[in-house]
Amino acid sequence: MNVPVPDPSADDAILNVDGISVWLAGREVLHDVRFRIMPGEFTGLIGSNGAGKTTLFRVILGLQTSSTGSVLVGGRPLTHRNPIIGYVPQKVFFDPDMPLRARDVVGLGLDGHRLGIPLDWGRRRQAVDAMLDAVDARRFADARVGNLSGGEQQRVLIAHALISRPRLLLLDEPLANLDIGAEGEVVALLARIAREQRIAVFISAHDVNPLLPVMDRLVYVAAGKTASGTTAEVIRAEVLSALYGQHVDVLRVHGRILVVAGAEGPPGVTFEETDGVAAGPGVVSL
Amino acid sequence: MNQVLRALFAPGFFASDPVHAALVVGAVVALVTGAVGVFTVIRGQAFAGHALGEVGSAGGSAAFLGGANPLWGFMGVAIVAAGLIELLGLHRPRARDVATGLVLGAGLGLAALFLYLDATSSSTTGVAVTILFGSLFAVSQQMLPSIVALSAVSLVVLAVCYRMLLLSSLSSDLAAARGVPVRALGIAYLVIMAVAVSLAAETIGAILATALVVGPPATALRLTKRPGGALVVAGLIGVAAVWLGIVLAYDSYYWPPAGHGWPVSFFVVALVFLFYLAAGAVTGMTQARRSRRSERAPRRTASGCAEHPGDAA
Repeated sequence: MNVPVPDPSADDAILNVDGISVWLAGREVLHDVRFRIMPGEFTGLIGSNGAGKTTLFRVILGLQTSSTGSVLVGGRPLTHRNPIIGYVPQKVFFDPDMPLRARDVVGLGLDGHRLGIPLDWGRRRQAVDAMLDAVDARRFADARVGNLSGGEQQRVLIAHALISRPRLLLLDEPLANLDIGAEGEVVALLARIAREQRIAVFISAHDVNPLLPVMDRLVYVAAGKTASGTTAEVIRAEVLSALYGQHVDVLRVHGRILVVAGAEGPPGVTFEETDGVAAGPGVVSL
Repeated sequence: MNQVLRALFAPGFFASDPVHAALVVGAVVALVTGAVGVFTVIRGQAFAGHALGEVGSAGGSAAFLGGANPLWGFMGVAIVAAGLIELLGLHRPRARDVATGLVLGAGLGLAALFLYLDATSSSTTGVAVTILFGSLFAVSQQMLPSIVALSAVSLVVLAVCYRMLLLSSLSSDLAAARGVPVRALGIAYLVIMAVAVSLAAETIGAILATALVVGPPATALRLTKRPGGALVVAGLIGVAAVWLGIVLAYDSYYWPPAGHGWPVSFFVVALVFLFYLAAGAVTGMTQARRSRRSERAPRRTASGCAEHPGDAA
């Protein structure tokens, strides 16, 4: 749905990132990043590995301080524990030895930050069952999470993040390490959640293509700088060339987008020969 | 039936005061170490747990030198060591391992000194064996209230931190994002573990303490998939190992060399290990049965993993 979306206004934005810069170990990882996310919107955070996507998420979660700028979540300044935000971190390793069923992980999303032992068993179980249904995970609810497939574990983590009824869902590379089938299922699930529950979904990925059918808007990160808007506005040769600091071409092939670097190539971007696309060396498939 | 009972329980077993004390202390300590140890295993801190037990032997031997009960020495030094490991180890797992190893070495050096002084001052080597390898029958009756109280406090603290510990064991990122004070929680857990390990050191010895902290929980994790269930099962497995160990040790007075009896710690640790192997055999069999069943019924969905041109980047 690459239709133009009216420019978001500051007042209704669920997330307003305004000019933040982050320095880590003497290096500027993010420079003057600014964008807004509206309720119920599906937004992609696109960039190669090491571009600063996880750092940006950590700032929004209040786990990393920025040296300049401000972040407003739901119109309020950042706090350490923000109940408005649900979070699915990158690479959660579920050991098969962990004595946790899928429903236990989802239940921890409800009260895992609390002291004491859960008392209201009946209501807790109902809420967990409803959440498992919502992400179509009921059939493996009683299996150990460590024995589930990558796509199933991702569903469980999404349910874990959603059960506390956030208004903004942050997902850090949820499609990494998933096969194509599971990838499509997770994207469709997230799009449905954004639409039906009016939850803003903000998802980071190094490949823009799986998100193209559902994305309302995207934030593109390269070399610590960002550009944001609709896909048509951002993924253009002029915009990306400015971001990378050198000439970049954008190709659209069979509904997929390929970002092609110049002969010398932008720094910090990996090159790959792509099968089936008649392009020479220097093709970056995004 | 009577004959079986008589063969299992040697004469005088139920009338002996040391046996009564050993049964009570052993059960209480096994319940605590089982519950606490589940988190030791799932947080990957078995090495730290082992180190706390061995370092504690420095405290135990020093306490003996000063005329106090070794338990207070075990605990004091184990808690200090836990703090040092946390202080030196920072956040990286490898640095943490190195810090644990360093604290372990320093502690054992002190233990060598104090055990030597113990032996020269009391002109007996028995104390070294008791500190390092324990003796449930020698636990002083006066220590019973303290041991029960410490165990109760550990279990209460564990219950209070239970959900936070589960969440942070799952992913510290996830816990931090939910506002769990991950660092403080880690320190609190190390202290509870130090107390549990000290209790185990008092009963089966400083060196064997980890057997009780790691063994029954590891066995329970093979048998149950619920977090709460794992804590209970681990405790019960520990109690079974300790009680059966006490019975066998009492019987062993009639085994060769007659009149001496084998160390109870040996039986407890051996049983813990056997239970672990047995649990592995049980889960292996059920898994084999399950996979045979699923071979007959075809899988519901085939995951699409066809190579997609130009997908990776």
